[in-house]
Amino acid sequence: MTNSLSYSLLINGTQHDVAEGWIGESLLYVLRERLGLPGAKNACEQGECGSCSVLIDGSLVCSCLVMAAAVTDAEIFTVESIGTPDQLSDVQQAFVTNGAVQCGFCTPGLIMAVHDLLDHNAAPNDLEVREAISGNLCRCTGYGRIFEAVREVQIRRAGGVQ
Amino acid sequence: MTVLVPVSVDDALAALQSKPGSTLLAGGTDYLVQVNFGHSRPADVIALRRVTQLRNWHRSGDTLTLGAGLTYTDFLDPELASMVPALAQAARTVGSPQIRNAGTLGGNVATASPAGDTLPVLIALDAEVVLQSAERGVRRVPLREFIVGVKRTVRESDELIVEVDVPVLAGGQEYLKVGTRNAMVISVAGVALVVDRVGQNVRCGLGSVGPVPLRCPQAEAYAATEIDWSAMSIHAGALGEFGRLAALAASPITDHRSTAEYRRHVVGVCAARALERVVSTHGGPDHD
Repeated sequence: MTNSLSYSLLINGTQHDVAEGWIGESLLYVLRERLGLPGAKNACEQGECGSCSVLIDGSLVCSCLVMAAAVTDAEIFTVESIGTPDQLSDVQQAFVTNGAVQCGFCTPGLIMAVHDLLDHNAAPNDLEVREAISGNLCRCTGYGRIFEAVREVQIRRAGGVQ
Repeated sequence: MTVLVPVSVDDALAALQSKPGSTLLAGGTDYLVQVNFGHSRPADVIALRRVTQLRNWHRSGDTLTLGAGLTYTDFLDPELASMVPALAQAARTVGSPQIRNAGTLGGNVATASPAGDTLPVLIALDAEVVLQSAERGVRRVPLREFIVGVKRTVRESDELIVEVDVPVLAGGQEYLKVGTRNAMVISVAGVALVVDRVGQNVRCGLGSVGPVPLRCPQAEAYAATEIDWSAMSIHAGALGEFGRLAALAASPITDHRSTAEYRRHVVGVCAARALERVVSTHGGPDHD
């Protein structure tokens, strides 16, 4: 019996080989430490902070709570799939414009959560926005500017001018 | 060391039969925390995420069969929520969207944490856990017999929880939970209240105030006699007594999350409030 696993993960449209991983490794660990995708952040490792949020088969989840070797057939999207340094996504740009980023540690998870919210619900009310990001801890901003950023994207996507 | 990802219940059962000690991995929201913190080292894992059969539900008469793989998010579906509203309320209090997208009904039942949010609702509904093994087929165990202690159940190592059966009842339902904030909270105490208008009874389930989810027989009997079933109303003065009796059924401890005294207090307040929400009240609280 072997003590390691080799498998492949479909991340951001590309197959990535994981050689000799340990069975208990979380997707977060594999992304950051084995595959050089450090966008998802490691803070709590218990699903409390949301900074490691990714999409698996279209569902927003904490990658720290996903056993990597169990999602070999899944479609995984990380924050690296969103925007580029030269061409930010509308949510990323709104975070910058509204000062919704301070230390930045929570930002990748929040970008994933806000994209997920607005992709499913184009016109969330305040409670829906709060509920959608309730699993993403930000200790700097106090959330006010994050809410403003979300609102701005919502208005722009609806064709309005801010 | 293997990770199997079966796509059917039969495949999952066969895998479990060949390696009975395997860890069954559902949403991973509890188990991966243990692994991440070094409290558990998996050897063989059977991941259930691709067994789509387990994510089905169907209604047959007044029985609702819930697949063990239904996520908390699945319970927010309006059609499902209309049949078991307290279960939807409980599901919505779990964690965050990220956690609700991953965590499952079967996982909550199998983990059997005293703080499991669906458990007070399931015990109030007299839910039945449906277990299956490759060798012995299906057996059904009432939830109140399934959970026997803190994180201890009667599930055998070759058994998979495939379904949970609950009745669809006419009457109001409520789940109330206290924690330090509205999201991402492990329950300090939780109260589920289910009214059965046809059977003219009230069922009250408690969570986080004992090693296992509890019922409140005295409080339930009291409410059943105090409710005017034709008007579906209760004298306002009876709410407090209902809460007091519910609190007596609690068996809380003091731990890092709260004190026994506060937990008992929460049960009393929440039980009375839940009852007030599911029936109308008449008279003032100070009159009898």
